[in-house]
Amino acid sequence: MSATLIPAIISAAEGGDGEFVPPGPSSFDLPPFANLGGFEITKPMGLVVLSAVIVIGFTVLASRKAEVVPGRLQFAGEAVYGFVRNSMARESIGGEHFMKFVPYLFSLFLFILVNNYYGILPFLQFPSFSRIGFIVPLAIITWLLYIGAGIYAHGPFGYLKHATVPGGVSGPILLLLVPLEFISNILVRPFTLTLRLFGNMFAGHLLLILFATGGAALLTSGNIGYGVVGVLSFGLGIAVSFLEMLVMFLQAYVFTLLASMYIGEALADEH
Amino acid sequence: MQSYIVLAAAEGEEHSPLVPIFSEIVLALIVFAIVLFAVTKFVVPRFEQAYAERTTAIEGGLAAAETKQAEADAKLAQLEAQLADARHEASRIREEAREQGAAIIAEMRQQAQADATRIVESGKAQIEAERQQAVTALRAEVGALATSLAGRVVGESLEDDERSSRVVDRFLADLETIEASEAAGSRGV
Repeated sequence: MSATLIPAIISAAEGGDGEFVPPGPSSFDLPPFANLGGFEITKPMGLVVLSAVIVIGFTVLASRKAEVVPGRLQFAGEAVYGFVRNSMARESIGGEHFMKFVPYLFSLFLFILVNNYYGILPFLQFPSFSRIGFIVPLAIITWLLYIGAGIYAHGPFGYLKHATVPGGVSGPILLLLVPLEFISNILVRPFTLTLRLFGNMFAGHLLLILFATGGAALLTSGNIGYGVVGVLSFGLGIAVSFLEMLVMFLQAYVFTLLASMYIGEALADEH
Repeated sequence: MQSYIVLAAAEGEEHSPLVPIFSEIVLALIVFAIVLFAVTKFVVPRFEQAYAERTTAIEGGLAAAETKQAEADAKLAQLEAQLADARHEASRIREEAREQGAAIIAEMRQQAQADATRIVESGKAQIEAERQQAVTALRAEVGALATSLAGRVVGESLEDDERSSRVVDRFLADLETIEASEAAGSRGV
């Protein structure tokens, strides 16, 4: 929605200046920078690969010594690990099963976090998860994982009942509730997971491009009034950057937290 | 809205951002699988191991501290008991010594008393004996002197022992009588 609204507003603000190309969805279609045996490699692809190097490098270095009295790097690694392990996995899944899911949730959190923060890293400046294709596999894995956990805990039909029939409800109202629960608990979740992360990264990056390129265009327009607005635009861009830093962390947190909550819910004994 | 369409037209081919690109899905899947593998294999076990070791170290430290504390407490109690025993022993010894001292002093006093009495007694006896001796010697000498004196005066030999001693005795008795009557007379006058 905002993706189509904002360029419209900006083009209205631009008035007669035809040279300025407002940012839009096409700003996220970057041209390939290399061709590897017929595969076109784009910047987001390179960034995703780089994120794996960063995540593995950081975690392996931080955990390499695994000393009782941690060094700085190990302490930092343990802080992140403990955050995912204790305040997300253990809280949501419970003490019995949570350790099986900690590696997945920890990888997921760091992977999303690094890819999100690309958006404000100088020179990289592109949140790779504004490309929906990168998020889809994460959502599908999460979906398979919590459904698998539910089937493991309750059996196929047991889990179906567990996920769709709310506890303490009986009678004809179930005719209404069961399809709703089925849709919300089983069908929609991977889509909401994907779209939430994608939408935030996409819109956030669009805002940043808008304030940066729009500000530049206004400053170079030669009109003093536009120039003042351009300075304002840059100021807002900086403010939005800080907002984005928060959003980038929050989205990684929310995705991981929801994944662990879905798993915990699937494994739970009662509603 | 209009500019969006214009932009799309300018791009020639429009790709909706909501439609995932297959190659990106595959790439993310592979990359994430690698991350997941590395984290599962190398990172999580190490962190868990560090956690476990830390827990053990802290619990071990606490247990050791508790043992040490208990040992120290036991030792302290033992020392205090020993100290109390020693104090008790010391006071008992002091009491005994005091009693013994008092007994010794009393005994000494008694002994000294006895010695003093004995010395006084023997002194008295000796004095009495010497006095008797002196009286006897004096009587014999006075008798002899008086006899020889009277013999010279009377001109009669009074060498006869039996007689002389009778005379002396009578004389002495007279003497005593005279002295007594004189004393009575002088008193009477």
